[in-house]
Amino acid sequence: MLSLHDLHARVGDREILKGLTLEVPAGEVHAIMGPNGAGKSTLSYVLTGRLGYEITAGSAELDGVDLLSLEANERAAKGLFLSFQYPLEIPGVPALTFIRTALNAQRKARGEAEMSAPDFLKRARACAADLKMDFDMLKRPLNVGFSGGEKKRMEILQMALLSPRFMILDETDSGLDIDALRIVSDGVNALRGPDRSMLVITHYQRLLDYIRPDRVHVLADGRIAASGGPELALELERDGYDKYARAA
Amino acid sequence: MVAVKDTVDQVAGLEKYEHGFVTEIEQEFAPKGLNRDTVAFISAKKEEPEWMLAWRLEAFERWSAMESPDWARVSFPPIDYQDATYYAAPKTKVGPASLDEVDPELLRTYEKLGIPLREQEVLAGVTGAPRYAVDAVFDSVSVVTTFKKELAEAGVIFCSMSEAVREHPELVRKYLGTVVPVSDNYFACLNSAVFSDGSFVYVPPGVRCPMELSTYFRINAAGSGQFERTLIIADKGAYVSYLEGCTAPMRDENQLHAAVVELVALDDAEIKYSTVQNWYPGDPETGKGGIYNFVTKRADCRGDRSRVSWTQVETGSAITWKYPSCILRGRESVGEFYSIAITNGRQQADTGTKMIHLGEGTRSRIISKGISAGRSSNTYRGLVSAHPKARGARNFTQCDSLLIGKTCSAHTVPYIEARNGACTFEHEATTTRLSEDQLFYARQRGLSEEEAVQLLVNGFVRDVLQELPMEFAVEAQKLVAISLEGSVG
Repeated sequence: MLSLHDLHARVGDREILKGLTLEVPAGEVHAIMGPNGAGKSTLSYVLTGRLGYEITAGSAELDGVDLLSLEANERAAKGLFLSFQYPLEIPGVPALTFIRTALNAQRKARGEAEMSAPDFLKRARACAADLKMDFDMLKRPLNVGFSGGEKKRMEILQMALLSPRFMILDETDSGLDIDALRIVSDGVNALRGPDRSMLVITHYQRLLDYIRPDRVHVLADGRIAASGGPELALELERDGYDKYARAA
Repeated sequence: MVAVKDTVDQVAGLEKYEHGFVTEIEQEFAPKGLNRDTVAFISAKKEEPEWMLAWRLEAFERWSAMESPDWARVSFPPIDYQDATYYAAPKTKVGPASLDEVDPELLRTYEKLGIPLREQEVLAGVTGAPRYAVDAVFDSVSVVTTFKKELAEAGVIFCSMSEAVREHPELVRKYLGTVVPVSDNYFACLNSAVFSDGSFVYVPPGVRCPMELSTYFRINAAGSGQFERTLIIADKGAYVSYLEGCTAPMRDENQLHAAVVELVALDDAEIKYSTVQNWYPGDPETGKGGIYNFVTKRADCRGDRSRVSWTQVETGSAITWKYPSCILRGRESVGEFYSIAITNGRQQADTGTKMIHLGEGTRSRIISKGISAGRSSNTYRGLVSAHPKARGARNFTQCDSLLIGKTCSAHTVPYIEARNGACTFEHEATTTRLSEDQLFYARQRGLSEEEAVQLLVNGFVRDVLQELPMEFAVEAQKLVAISLEGSVG
């Protein structure tokens, strides 16, 4: 599914990714953990095509398609989704309008027919119910005046409606209380499937109690410093990142 | 940074003015230049009565002694008023009685512009679709006014100004110049001397005008200006909604458009006046050509509980200088101003409103959304004032500016004068740059850069678009997109 090889990226003069290699097969959930400044958010932006990051070497492919040569929206149409750490507010644009416009733009790019308004509303209602969100919230301008937890739920709602194949969750647990964490995690787990993969970026092991990863990777100083099973997350929780930070 | 730069290039490189064609038609002109003879020529062409000519000549004398104002944040070389033509009309008879008498070339022009002049075409639409009557003004004359018969049955007078001067002199004499006095300002005074056509609307007491009224202004002739005059009177308890649209061919020289619009609302009357202004903005690179849109629009809420609402979508013109205002004279009268002003390329806009609270318990509301792109300059200038007698007056003002790119500018110049202690004025203003974070967020969800800009801008102007009559809101939304988007490629 996702295949990163010796990826190097810089912002201005500063090299942040220094030869990152990672393989996420179809149907698997991988967690990326690491100390602040290790390059976790940079990785998510490099993969999704945010401008301002210069890729100096390496490759990134999704099912054999070279991601790095595509525009951000073209990558989205290929099924790549990023749940933002800090979702943006979009004044004056109701959430439903935003998501439907995005969905139809993706479908158009893939040569599919637009989804009709009634079909879309039906799906949106069902997704909102699953995430225990008041449907009226979807009629309000996207994320404007929403609490941190509401914004995160809205990210997962968008993810469900856009049904991507590869999902990157950037610090989805930050700003969530225990109840909200459970609801959001249920929402995420519902999207797991044999054709779909996820990269879950997090500081804390807590989220991984709810979203069980197949593999855990430690990202330190711009490359993967260690990989292991779910037990690696527990070890990190106990010992911290010191060992890896020093090694780097 | 790169994203914003792309947007700027995209926007700057745009040359998408869709109405820039010229209609080849035989036209009749006044001799070049401006003097008493020009004024007399125009008056004679319009077969006006003696009193109208005297009114024009007095305006001309006053204008001759006035100086062009220089306080607005716009710059342009001095205008040579002797080098322009003040009357241009298609060579058909003035004020044709029916469409059959209108030159087919003219009809094709309006067809190209998408303006329905054939009533049956309007009616042929979906059942229950909103209908609107049109007064089409081509350079200096009104070429046709539709639905006159049906409106007359409701008692509504909707005709060209020239016709009103001839057919309804008592109404014209009673109201003309009572809202915008002859020598109110330089451009209004010039208009009073040489005004050509425009619309006249009178809605009798208690009548709700059965359809939207609209005027479509088209400047065609080279070297001429357009000086239309519009007068709308809503008598006691009457209601009318009126929309004007404007376009002009792409020409290298600047053309002057100095209009005057006067609205009078008597007791319990309501007037909604909407403008979609898309005059040719000039070349986006060189700034060459384009319309100078120097317009005086004012409403007099003369009656108690009367209500006037101005909505404007200003996307065109090289220079816009206009302040649609309300004199809130009647007790508890209400004035509203909703504006979207977009400048791009080398455009300059200095626009806003004046809310003059004279009566007790008067209320006003101002929502202004300015969007600047390219190398343009966009200024909101507004006055809210309360007279000593205007106790309990209230105003709410919200001015938001959105900047796209780094070479444009936005300015907000609010004036607030409260002459009594019992009024409440609120003013909120924001200036933001189209954020790269928001653009990336939208693009990550699948929108192209162009679609993302369009969605964000539409969100920014939504409060105002909602105030437009439904059928025009869609058109205005498209216009907003066209004004800001270049084709990606």
